[in-house]
Amino acid sequence: MSVLRHAARVAWKDLRIELRSREIVYTMTFFGALIVVVYSFAFPVKPELVRAAVPGMLWVAIAFAGTVGLGRAFDRERENDTMRALLLAPIPRLSVFLGKAISIALLVLAVSLVCTPLLALLLDAPLFAMPGPLFLVLVLGAIGFANVGSVFAATLLKVRSRDVLLPVILYPILIPLFVAGTSATEAMIATRPDLDKLWYWIGFLGIYDAVFLVLSLWIFEALVIE
Amino acid sequence: MSNKAIPVLAALAAVGFVITIWLVFSYAPMVEDPVLMFNQKIFYYHVAHAFMLFLATAVCGVSSVVFLKTRKPKWDDLALASAEVATIFGAVVLITGMIWAKAAWDVWWTWEKRLTMSLLLWLVLVGYVLVRRFAGASADRLAAGLAAFGTLGIPFIYFMVDASDHHPKAGAGGVAATLPPEMKLVFWLSVLTFLLWCIALVMSRVQSARAERELREIREKGLDAGLFT
Repeated sequence: MSVLRHAARVAWKDLRIELRSREIVYTMTFFGALIVVVYSFAFPVKPELVRAAVPGMLWVAIAFAGTVGLGRAFDRERENDTMRALLLAPIPRLSVFLGKAISIALLVLAVSLVCTPLLALLLDAPLFAMPGPLFLVLVLGAIGFANVGSVFAATLLKVRSRDVLLPVILYPILIPLFVAGTSATEAMIATRPDLDKLWYWIGFLGIYDAVFLVLSLWIFEALVIE
Repeated sequence: MSNKAIPVLAALAAVGFVITIWLVFSYAPMVEDPVLMFNQKIFYYHVAHAFMLFLATAVCGVSSVVFLKTRKPKWDDLALASAEVATIFGAVVLITGMIWAKAAWDVWWTWEKRLTMSLLLWLVLVGYVLVRRFAGASADRLAAGLAAFGTLGIPFIYFMVDASDHHPKAGAGGVAATLPPEMKLVFWLSVLTFLLWCIALVMSRVQSARAERELREIREKGLDAGLFT
């Protein structure tokens, strides 16, 4: 249990730094909003197309803005070499990883909670047809993204070309997550919501998160060891 | 792994290649499908390469995890070698798959299940090769982590591709299941040939990876000892 308590403490540290400067939250959500505005110019906004295109737009916006925030969150630990301090702290490495992942998951969730209403507003998309399941899908997506993202962002800290390599590594592994999120959103906002499909993809996301969380917990220590 | 095994394997693969090519065109019967006909012959190479793609990827994933747990660099060499070989075999799978798609369905690319799976797996492999190339020599653990995540992602890719119904389903490409015995023989001979070839490639790449690593270590030792100032 102490692992979780320490993890909460690491996450709270990150969030407190963030709440003081609000740097990542502001830049990330503004970037997400910009992507949505670019969409409304880049794609024809016809009512019959919106229903088909909006789920993909939402998840691409989350992926892009999430990657920006992820890179910055770990850059912060690099600037004063505080990652080393964190790893040297007398707490389990798993707590460091979990704490980082929790704080990043909350940031990604914040971005998706800004992008979703904005998409609904600007493109007149019926995204809030099922607010409960939508929130569940966004939470599961944020957890999966933050989990895989934290592992690789932490491992990339010492690598020169990390800004380019992070998305190159991350996206192929996250494709199932994005496809599941898109398909679940699609099932929700269809003219006749397809509940079987929706719950299949929610289950898929849940299993994806669980499997990769177990792998991350098992492998993280070996990856970041100095 | 001795040096002598590589030329032997390569020679066996070369002989096997000549024999299979002859068997493919003279012994294996033509399919009755009026569209496929002669085009079906690419199947013997396409599917054999796909088998090797998945085999080499599995070897890469397993040896990466063993490397992370044991820290023995020989496992890292094996992971690197099999990933690079898998990338090449994957490129062949995608190209022959596109030729097949053009012949069978008259489009160069369809989001057919197995083609999509191969593409997504190949993207992970290219990411791995890019990491090995551009992240520096210290990125071995990063690459191993990527291989472990990528290998574990394969079942998810499978279920994802299986369930997404927004892509058009192409016609039944599954000739592999119901092969007449002559075709089966040629097919498995072709798989064996490319298996030998794949092993030879991986072994020689392991050797060069080991040589690169040893050279790097010797140079670092030399720098520590104050040589090359």
